[in-house]
Amino acid sequence: MSVGLLGRKIGMTTVITEDGTAVPVTVLEVGPCTVLQLRTLERDGYEAVQLGFADKLSRKDVERAPEKRLRSRASRSERGQVVLLNSKRQKRRKEGGLEAGPRANCEPQQFIREFRTDGEEHGCEVGKVLQADVFEGVKRVDVVGTSKGRGTAGVMKRHNYSGQRATHGVKKVHRHAGGIGQGTDPSRVWKGKRMAGQYGNARSTMRNLLVHKIDKDSNMLLVRGAVPGANGGFVIIRKAT
Amino acid sequence: MHPLLRKAEEPCFRENPLKFNIGDTVDVHTRILEGDKERIQIFSGVVIARRGSGTREMFTVRRIVAGEGVERTFPLHSPKVAEIAVKRHARVRRAKLYFLRDRVGKATRLTERRAKGDEVVTN
Repeated sequence: MSVGLLGRKIGMTTVITEDGTAVPVTVLEVGPCTVLQLRTLERDGYEAVQLGFADKLSRKDVERAPEKRLRSRASRSERGQVVLLNSKRQKRRKEGGLEAGPRANCEPQQFIREFRTDGEEHGCEVGKVLQADVFEGVKRVDVVGTSKGRGTAGVMKRHNYSGQRATHGVKKVHRHAGGIGQGTDPSRVWKGKRMAGQYGNARSTMRNLLVHKIDKDSNMLLVRGAVPGANGGFVIIRKAT
Repeated sequence: MHPLLRKAEEPCFRENPLKFNIGDTVDVHTRILEGDKERIQIFSGVVIARRGSGTREMFTVRRIVAGEGVERTFPLHSPKVAEIAVKRHARVRRAKLYFLRDRVGKATRLTERRAKGDEVVTN
């Protein structure tokens, strides 16, 4: 799998092509993504590129100069992931001859994901910043997001059951499922029987979305059709395979 | 509106916005593709509504064809709408002139509004 990008779903709109066709598109903000770590076969047992997206800063911190920021939104371990902290542990590791890995020297990141690159050439090194031009010339992409949470949902919403009739003696079970199995044999409900329960707020992938436009200057990507999740939600965008 | 959303829509807007008001009697010139030839078709009537925002903005033109009311809705920013020629302005007091649907004959007339000097535009 080639390295994709992390981004944010901005929202949907309509764009009109030159011949007058209206195209429904989702606007995605893709990158800039910083390479935070490289997973290697020797150390981690697999190869991957770890990317981070969106600085984890409070509103006040954004206005402050980089050296004056408090970075209280990020935990100490999150800060240590992107920059070498002057800690006792690091000092002792150094004395023991353990070299600390390279750091990206950027702000702590809100959204961090890895792209498996097993044996592939990716040309990434820690600290490199990836922009929308990663997708230059790419026709179709997959977009992974977290679908909108619907809480505990009934079978009609969750599994598209038809429910029951409005009249003809149906008593207070209009949106219920009906029978859930057989009788004395097998005397139990089959595993995996679709019922009511938590719906949404789960990882969801839309595959083979047509890339409508790439704007390198503003890291904007327009894809045809819908993308899982609410506006402002984080998404992973990768080249469709 | 998010700046990126605006940026996505912006290139789709027409360079010279169409100038017309609700109640205007207009000629809408639309590009029609016949086989591989393009020609202009004109739909004339009264603008009775304008709705939507951004690239989705539409306007509705109503006219009477052979005694039957015909309404056509055009996307404001579609390149298929070549131009709009305003024939007549009218004095109207609301944004949606749906009440015209219930009227026939003489009752569908709207009071004409004399154009002020700078309003005489036919795009």
